Amino acid sequence: MSVIQARSLVKSYGDLNAVDGIDFDVAAGESFGLLGPNGAGKSTTMRMIGGTSLRTSGTLSVLGMDPETHGPEVRANLGVIPQQDNLDTELRVRDNLITYGRYFGLPRSYLQRRADDLLEFAQLTDKAGEKVDNLSGGMKRRLTIARGLINEPRILLLDEPTTGLDPQARHILWDRLFRLKEEGVTLVVTTHFMDEAEQLCDRLVVMDRGRIVAEGSPAQLIRQYCTREVLEVRFGSERNAAVVQQLGDVAERLEVLPDRILLYTDDGEAALERVTSLGLQPLTSLVRRSSLEDVFLRLTGRSLID
Amino acid sequence: MATGVATDSNRLAYTGGVLAPAAQARTARRWGWLLYAEYRLTSMRAYLQTIVIRSIGLPLLYLASMGLGLGALVDSGAGGVDGVSYLVFVAPGLLVSSIVMEATGEFTYPVMSGFKWQKHFFAAAASPVRPGQIAVGEVVAVGLRFLIETVVFWLALLLFGAVTAATSWLVILIAPLAALAFGAPLLAFAATQTDEGAQFAFIQRFVVMPMFLFAGTFFPLGAMPWYLQWIGWISPMWHGTQLARVVCFGMPNPVWLSVLHLVVLLVTAVAGTWFAVRIFTRRLTR
Ligand SMILES: Nc1ncnc2c1ncn2[C@@H]1O[C@H](COP(=O)(O)OP(=O)(O)O)[C@@H](O)[C@H]1O
Ligand SMILES: [Mg+2]
Repeated sequence: MSVIQARSLVKSYGDLNAVDGIDFDVAAGESFGLLGPNGAGKSTTMRMIGGTSLRTSGTLSVLGMDPETHGPEVRANLGVIPQQDNLDTELRVRDNLITYGRYFGLPRSYLQRRADDLLEFAQLTDKAGEKVDNLSGGMKRRLTIARGLINEPRILLLDEPTTGLDPQARHILWDRLFRLKEEGVTLVVTTHFMDEAEQLCDRLVVMDRGRIVAEGSPAQLIRQYCTREVLEVRFGSERNAAVVQQLGDVAERLEVLPDRILLYTDDGEAALERVTSLGLQPLTSLVRRSSLEDVFLRLTGRSLID
Repeated sequence: MATGVATDSNRLAYTGGVLAPAAQARTARRWGWLLYAEYRLTSMRAYLQTIVIRSIGLPLLYLASMGLGLGALVDSGAGGVDGVSYLVFVAPGLLVSSIVMEATGEFTYPVMSGFKWQKHFFAAAASPVRPGQIAVGEVVAVGLRFLIETVVFWLALLLFGAVTAATSWLVILIAPLAALAFGAPLLAFAATQTDEGAQFAFIQRFVVMPMFLFAGTFFPLGAMPWYLQWIGWISPMWHGTQLARVVCFGMPNPVWLSVLHLVVLLVTAVAGTWFAVRIFTRRLTR
């Protein structure tokens, strides 16, 4: 059963269609991703799900309700983690959770207990009395997630949960999100990191300029749009363009980037041998598995992160 | 208490163990404005010290300088104003004007912060509380703050013998109303502003200060040339001060005019809140 259903969803700002007619379904308990570069319309889609952005046209149903007419009913079931933390920096860590829980009409006695559980979950128990300003970026993010869980939401909306965090902080956060997934919370995650999408999402849509350009599980998408491996070679920015002609038959497909050439093939090492047997000596070469980044490049001709 | 790892017993997902979502939504639909006001009052704890010092310090300072210093001068020269001592005349004006001026602080930068810096309006709007209720909650919370400050101020006036009539307690309602008659439209205006510029400083200098100086706080409006008197008529501060004088020392005032003061204040406060609700709703659902 799908908990979120979008049909021909459009959001315009003046002449710009920030979201330009998208359809998707999110199943209960699923971890669903919106992958796309900056400006693709991910945050706008998230806001429409919570009813905090009114759609221009199309239909949207969250747990069977329209978020525009049933905003409070929908949001009582949601935990919203916005792209930018909006914690109250004047309040202490634990008080941030409790005061936020009051917006849901939850009694203080419940919130006191719940706040302690959530601090433990967010590994912030020893920071309970700290000022929010004294937390690191990763801690703030975990606190925002804990705040989003205060009402026992069925669906958690995470808008770029790890953007701006260092690798270690990202891994701690992913670990916490896995825990939620195990418990059956439906996760909707936006990201422009392909590794995050691969880590967190059972299924995802690739968004670009307000449209959905592909849909599937990370593995399916890679299988459908890419070869198994990629050979990356660099000849120096002057020569890259010149050698492209000669590389035509070496791989199934080529992508020429300003600083390197990507050769899509199921066997990267074999392709590299073919390159050298042509008498070409790349300055550097690298064989790796295809990723969602390659899928995006294939679909749009651009990379996810500019 | 801290065990490091959350145990299975504290489940984080939906258990249905709390107030059911439908009930949360019902509560928020009815009481969302109050739930937001509760948050807003909690956040005032951060500058509670300032509030307390101002609400106790200001009246004492004003009473000492205006009532005793300037009062002695006026009373010896003109024999008081409107048939009462200058202290009794000026006290209601000081009370109303200082509460009205507090509105400038509460309804400018904190509003910009809610939309732009701290973004607590967006945080609240992601909960079952609706945008319009956030605007109403702002008015209610700040109004309550004014009410408490007014009580303190009024008690100080009583102590100094600066209020004489039995009806003077009504000023507890009049001063916050006057402050909201100025503050609610200001809230609506501040909610339309997307960038910090000189606009708030401009309001302070060219709206609040003239109102303070020319809207009847220190001398009756009639003492000014006619071409300056409109400043009083368009100022919530003047309407509030006049009403406060009626209840505090029985200043002679036609009943129709007192009613007019009250209507102006009510209409302005309600209209300002209505505009704020609309602007908050538009901005938080964009
Ligand atoms: N409130 C707004 N007013 C005008 N344009 C907006 C607004 N919000 C978003 N946009 C525009 O809509 C597009 C999609 O934005 P967004 O949904 O934030 O993308 P993403 O989250 O994928 O980076 C962008 O071009 C952005 O500039
Ligand atoms: Mg975004």
